[in-house]
Amino acid sequence: MAESYLPLLILIVLALGFGAVVLVLPALLGPREINKQKMQPYESGIIPFTSPRRRFPVKYYLVAMLFLVFDVEVIFLYPWAAVLRDMGVFALVAMAPFLLVLVLGFVYELKKGALHWR
Amino acid sequence: MDWLNLLVYPAVRVLVLFFVLLTGFAYLTWYERKLLARFQVRYGPNRAGRFGLLQPLADAIKALFKEEIVPDHVDRPVYLLAPALAIVPALIIWAVIPVAKDFPAVADVPIGILWILAVAGIEGYGVILAGWSSNNNYSLLGALRSSAQMISYELPLGIFLVSILVLAGTFSLVELVEMSRPWWEWLWLWLVFPLFFICILAETNRSPFDLPETENELVAGFQTEYGGMKFALFFMAEYINMITTSAIMATLFFGGWKGPFADQYVWLGPVYLFIKVVALLFLFIWVRASVSRPRWDQLMRFSWQFLLPVSLMHLMGSAVFTVFLK
Repeated sequence: MAESYLPLLILIVLALGFGAVVLVLPALLGPREINKQKMQPYESGIIPFTSPRRRFPVKYYLVAMLFLVFDVEVIFLYPWAAVLRDMGVFALVAMAPFLLVLVLGFVYELKKGALHWR
Repeated sequence: MDWLNLLVYPAVRVLVLFFVLLTGFAYLTWYERKLLARFQVRYGPNRAGRFGLLQPLADAIKALFKEEIVPDHVDRPVYLLAPALAIVPALIIWAVIPVAKDFPAVADVPIGILWILAVAGIEGYGVILAGWSSNNNYSLLGALRSSAQMISYELPLGIFLVSILVLAGTFSLVELVEMSRPWWEWLWLWLVFPLFFICILAETNRSPFDLPETENELVAGFQTEYGGMKFALFFMAEYINMITTSAIMATLFFGGWKGPFADQYVWLGPVYLFIKVVALLFLFIWVRASVSRPRWDQLMRFSWQFLLPVSLMHLMGSAVFTVFLK
């Protein structure tokens, strides 16, 4: 059973190898003429006067949190989806309260305006 | 002879897969440029070789001989790692897609759909790390947008996949293609195909959802500080992802390798899959040529307030259908 996953391991190793080769090869083949201008950050020709290492809007953080909540809930749906046909009505009824809570949470977020990008 | 079966045979399969994907990527760039040109009543590339067919080759050689620049202000290890993190998932996601009868691209594992989800989850890192490590204002904005957009559209995408999973009752894509389905199930699936396709467009950062790299406000977004082969790797990852997602959509919604006589003649399987993938890629490019970008708040609202509830409803419908009609 476990060796049916071996091809996947070979695939990952070869893909990593491909990535490494393609990253190293041009460094050997290409010309090297470094000057000060090439080493500067690109900002449409002006010299940057703010560092990008600064605070960013909290809205992105909110989206990430909401995503985390829903995504963890979706994970519970996968095993359920796989056995639904065998378990029939019982699985359906068992999942109903869970989905209800999910939908209630969603409606609450919607009404609170958490999903609205301002 | 055991090691031959265990190591050499899969390795050969993997190398063939890489060759097909990289050639596919090269000619997809040609296909896109040609099509976009025709949409805009131009000729497109037609200098290198007949119909410009050698253009991808010329581009590859050019990218290979470009100067490698690692600017002073970047976070060096992460900056160099990011393009590799973009290309590796793009290459390995193909493993479980069946290309002919009983013949997945690399390995027949019982967890096909989970593999796709897991690898697609890694895909975001390349973009986000590239944008963060570049230490450039444009790049950071691009990376922020990209991460928010990707997770927002991953959610409905995941729920649509659960819905398909409920109907199929198996994680294996090989079995999923081979099972016969009643007509109402196809209709129920095709009902959400446009929405699934929109999620895919957003996940692959394709136009009209290319807000992470909007040329006219963010230069090139997260890839602004990348040049030469490192830029080509991001480019490659995006285009291979287009091919891959087209193949996934063909497998989930349009029967994958299936077609007339594909059961008797195994070699017809890849041909049918190829035709379906090319048709779906045409759709990608058609959308790019005709639809304008949404505003950022529209993009987020569409995912959270429309796609998410619709995908949940589709899931509930699928569950009820499966329990009572099958």
